[in-house]
Amino acid sequence: MGGAEHRLGLLAAAPLALVLGLGFLAPLAIVAAFSTMPERVFDLGHAPDFSGYAEMIRQGYWRSLLRSLAMALTATLILMVLCWPLAWAMARIWRRFTLVITIAVVLSLFVSENIRLFGWVLVLMKGGLIDGYLRHWFGVGVDGLLYNPPVIVAGLVYVYFPFMLFPMAQGIAMAPEDARAAAMDLGASRWTVLREIDLPLAAPGIMVGALLCFVLSAGAIAEAKLLGGRSVISIGDDVETAFTYAQNWPLGSALAVSLIAVLGGLVAIGLARVDLDRIMGRR
Amino acid sequence: MSADADLTGPRRGARALLALYGVVVLAALYLPLLAVGFASVSKGRYLSFPIRRYAFDWYGEALASDTVREIALTSLKVALIVTILSVFIGFFGALAFARYQWQGRRAFQKLALLPIFFPQAVLGLALLMWFNALGILPSWKTAVVAHLVWISPVTTLIIAIRAYSFDPALEEAARDMGCSTWRTLREVTVPLLAPGMVSAGLFAFLLSWGNFPLSLFTLGVDATLPKWLYARMVSGYTPLVPTVGMLSVGFSAGLLALGLAALGLRGLARRKAGQARQDI
Repeated sequence: MGGAEHRLGLLAAAPLALVLGLGFLAPLAIVAAFSTMPERVFDLGHAPDFSGYAEMIRQGYWRSLLRSLAMALTATLILMVLCWPLAWAMARIWRRFTLVITIAVVLSLFVSENIRLFGWVLVLMKGGLIDGYLRHWFGVGVDGLLYNPPVIVAGLVYVYFPFMLFPMAQGIAMAPEDARAAAMDLGASRWTVLREIDLPLAAPGIMVGALLCFVLSAGAIAEAKLLGGRSVISIGDDVETAFTYAQNWPLGSALAVSLIAVLGGLVAIGLARVDLDRIMGRR
Repeated sequence: MSADADLTGPRRGARALLALYGVVVLAALYLPLLAVGFASVSKGRYLSFPIRRYAFDWYGEALASDTVREIALTSLKVALIVTILSVFIGFFGALAFARYQWQGRRAFQKLALLPIFFPQAVLGLALLMWFNALGILPSWKTAVVAHLVWISPVTTLIIAIRAYSFDPALEEAARDMGCSTWRTLREVTVPLLAPGMVSAGLFAFLLSWGNFPLSLFTLGVDATLPKWLYARMVSGYTPLVPTVGMLSVGFSAGLLALGLAALGLRGLARRKAGQARQDI
């Protein structure tokens, strides 16, 4: 590690570090600072009294935090099961079809999630694609597909699908094929191979995917708003209301800090166990 | 699908099932866009399926609308600035991430990942408060900053993947032969990382163009297409929503096709050149 190379590294890191310092760390610091302030103040020149947290507990905002975390966890678990066969086939069996799926899934990422969720509203609504055609063909439609918690979870599963699929497929591809073959030769059943070989070896990829999906869906707003109507208020929704209509910065900050503390803790634990150089293919 | 049936792999029936599953997933992925597409060519003012009369009237209306043009131009402006800045930041970021061995590298790698492992809507709200606290009025300029916070790490990672795969000896050779650091960068590093930079630029543009959660909170009174569409979806629905949505998606798809064609042609040219060298 030469001195010149160290200087080059520092210099090259500077632009991104600057953007993230001013546009990521500083805003989070200010949110943390405001979360300690008395109610409805708009500057930091007051003695901290943590009333935002007190209000969060008194007014029951912790319930929407728990609800959002529960929905995020459900979506993540569903995604693990849904993505596993596909990720496995992409990494182990298919060649050309893997490319097709990769391109198609990446393409879908470039369409705003509100347009895609709006599409689901058109599919599921009364007189929508499903209800309308069922009524047209059979005379009976299905109503009430929208505006309930399960459809919000389905929306989360849909939007964050790529964030589970790709890390999982990458994790599976990193596990050596020989280990499977050896276990098979030694007479292990398919189930044993899955439990003892496939899952542990693919664990880093699965963990990255699960972390991403959980974190992103816990703070998501659009799914609950567009698909859920007002049937469920997510924690992100509460933060938005506090920051905008209610103009209660300390409360919004306390809510945001509580969410970020949970998610940040998980990410810190998870990322500490992952070797980035290896996942990203250092030679 | 490959025909290399190995002994450890699943049998044919299982393979067929897996392929079917893949097709079903792809269909589900694009079903909402299909619905939006149908809605965009429905003639009536009130949408209900099955659609009785089809017409392209709303497309004409959308293209003639001053509001839509103005919002599309804002989207374009934001996306272009974000693309240029984030490719610049990502180029150097990738060298610090993957290439140079320096003391803060591990910490820098984690820092670069944090904004990706962070809910965007919450980031947008935190930035909104940060700008308010600084006394900056949110506008398309603050949205550029917000997009950069999320997209620069993405471009950094994309270019880093390329940077991992090139041999540091190439740079060392240039330096040994007397090239300055700056000249090495320009004549060796940039050309080697160029494909990564093109992909990163394409990603940056498309992610900024389609970004919704950050734009929703950091644009102030300005609007990009996703934000405008959202406002029309939740209140004051007009048949322009599916139409403008499809136009926006169509623009992304066209740009992506161009980008892929450019990368493909470049790859083809390189292979041809390699072939020619071998022939000699």
